[in-house]
Amino acid sequence: MSDPGILAVTKAGTDPVRAQLDGPSGTRPRRLISRRNIFLYGTLILVSLYYLLPLYVMIVTSLKGMPEIRMGNIFAPPVEITFEPWVKAWSEACTGLNCDGLSRGFWNSVRITVPSVILSIAIASVNGYALANWRFKGADIFFTILIFGAFIPYQVMLYPIVILLREMGLYGTLWGLVLVHSVFGMPILTLLFRNYFTSLPEELFKAARVDGAGFWGIYFQIMLPMSLPIFVVAMILQVTGIWNDFLFGVVYTKPEYYPMTVQLNNIVNSVQGVKEYNVNMAATILTGLVPLVIYFVSGRLFVRGIAAGAVKG
Amino acid sequence: MASEAKRPIGLFRNLAAKIAAIPMILTALVVFLGGTLWTVTYSFTNSKLLPRADFVGFDQYERLWATERWQVSIENLMIYGLCSLVFSFIIGFVLAALMDQKIRFENTFRTIILYPFALSFIVTGLVWQWLLNPDLGIQNVIRSLGFTNFDFNPLYNPDIVIYGVLIAGLWQGTGLVMVLMLAGLRGIDGDIWKAARVDGIPMWKTYLFIVIPMMRPVFITTLVIIASGIVRLYDLIVAQTSGGPGISSEVPAKYVYDYMFQGQNLGQGFAASTMMLLAVAIVIIPWAMLEFGGKKRV
Repeated sequence: MSDPGILAVTKAGTDPVRAQLDGPSGTRPRRLISRRNIFLYGTLILVSLYYLLPLYVMIVTSLKGMPEIRMGNIFAPPVEITFEPWVKAWSEACTGLNCDGLSRGFWNSVRITVPSVILSIAIASVNGYALANWRFKGADIFFTILIFGAFIPYQVMLYPIVILLREMGLYGTLWGLVLVHSVFGMPILTLLFRNYFTSLPEELFKAARVDGAGFWGIYFQIMLPMSLPIFVVAMILQVTGIWNDFLFGVVYTKPEYYPMTVQLNNIVNSVQGVKEYNVNMAATILTGLVPLVIYFVSGRLFVRGIAAGAVKG
Repeated sequence: MASEAKRPIGLFRNLAAKIAAIPMILTALVVFLGGTLWTVTYSFTNSKLLPRADFVGFDQYERLWATERWQVSIENLMIYGLCSLVFSFIIGFVLAALMDQKIRFENTFRTIILYPFALSFIVTGLVWQWLLNPDLGIQNVIRSLGFTNFDFNPLYNPDIVIYGVLIAGLWQGTGLVMVLMLAGLRGIDGDIWKAARVDGIPMWKTYLFIVIPMMRPVFITTLVIIASGIVRLYDLIVAQTSGGPGISSEVPAKYVYDYMFQGQNLGQGFAASTMMLLAVAIVIIPWAMLEFGGKKRV
C-alpha cells in the first residue's frame, strides 16, 4: 500500500477523465496479423512473385533438356539438371553468320563497355566540373542544348552520326561505337556531375584558388578524391546502360564486333534450325547477368543513379 | 598591365574550362543540334541509297502517311504509349503507396520490383516471348490444368500482339515509376498526414485529393521520362515479335531503322524520324515552358 508506484498506476487507470486527457502514451501497439497487414504484405508478396516469375522460368528452362521442355510445364523445376545448354549457349550457339556462341558477343561487349565507360565519365566529369565551378559565358546555352538533346529520339541522329563517323574513318569500328556511347551518355552524366560539384562547399574551391591551384590542379587534387561516390553512381549507370544497348551496336558496328545483346537476339531469333529453348534461355540469362550482378551488388547506388536522372531531367 | 593580368578579357579568359568543355560544345552543336537540323532538312529530299540534296517538298511525308506500315506503327505506338502510361502510373503509384506504409523488408520488395529495369529490353523481350509461347508457355500450363479452352496467345494474334508487348514493357518499366513515386511520397511533409488524420479524412481520400495534387511535379517529371522512352520503343519489339505477325506490331522507331539501313530509302527514314521528333517536341516543349518559364515568374 505504501508503494507510490502502484498507487500512481491504479490512479491513472481508474480515473477516466485523466486517462482521456493523457491519451495512450508511446507508440500505438501493432498487431502483427491484422487485416491491414495481410492485405499489405499479401499484395506486395504477390507482386514480387509476379516480378520474379520470368527470372525463375529463365533459370529453370535453361537447366532442362529439350525433351523435358517439350513434355512438361514451363514452371516445373527440372527433373534432371543439365548444364549443357549453358555450355552450348556460351560456345556453340549459332547466329545466322557464325557458330561460336555468345562468348564472342561477351568479349565484344567488354571491349565496348570498358573504354566507353572510362571515356564518357572522364569527359562528363570534367564538363560538369567546368560548369559548376568555372562558369564561362555561353556555358548555360550549350548545357541546355545538351539536356534537351537527351530527349531527341536517337533515330533522328542516327544517320548524321554515320556520316560523321565515316568522315573520321571510325564507322564500323569499336572506337566509333565507343565515341557514340560517350556522346549519348554525356547529357545525363554531365548533369549528374554538375549537380554534385555544385553541392560541394564553395569555400573549398575558393581556398584552393587562393593557394594558387589551377583548373586541373583543383580537379585532380580536390574534386576527384571528394567525389568517389558519384563516380561509382556514374559507373553503374553507364555500365548497365552500355551493356544493354542494342540500337547503336547494330547500327555502328560490323557483325564481327556485335555486342552481346545483338548476338543474343541473332541467336534466339535466327530462323534456321530447331528452336532450342533451353539454350536460348541460358543465353538470355548470360546476357542479363552483368547488369543483374551490378544491380544486386550496388543496391541503393543504382537507385540513386536513376533518381539523379529523374530529379531534374 | 596589372589590370590585364588580373582580368584577361575575352576568349582567353577561363581558357582551361573552355578547352575542357569542347567535347560538350561539340556534342551539343554538331551532334544534337546539327544532326537534328540535318535530318529535318534531308527529310525534304528524295534521298535513296545516299543522301542527295534534291528537294521535293513534302513528298516523303505524303508517302509516309499513305504507307500502311507507318499507319500501323503509329496506331501501335498510340495504344502502347497510352496503356503503358496509364498502367505504369497506376500500378507504380499504388505500389509506392504500399511501400510507404512503414513496412518491413522495404528494401527487399523494392529490389525485386526494380530488377527488371536493370535488364536489356532484348532480354525482357526474349523472356516474354518464351513465357507467351502458345505451345509450351503459360497458355499450355493453364490448359494442362484442365481449362482446355483457355486462350492466351497474344504474340500470334495480329489484333492483340501489341498488348503482349505491353505486358513485357510494363514488367520492365513499372519499377522505375514506383521508385520515382516513392521518392515523391517521401518528399511530402509528414504533418499533412497528421492534419488529414485529425480532420478524420479517410486514407484513400487523403491520397486522392491532397497527396496526388501535391505530387504534381513528380508526376510531370515521370511523365516526361516515360513518354520520351515510349517513343524510342524499338529493342523490345525487335526481340519479342520482330514486328510480326506480318506488320501488326511495327513501331515508328523500327520503321526508321528498316528504311534507313535495310530498305535503302533514306528519305522515308528521315521523314519518319522527323515525325518522331515532332511527337517528342509535343511532350517536351509544354513541359519546358512550364518548368523553366514558371521559374522566371517566381
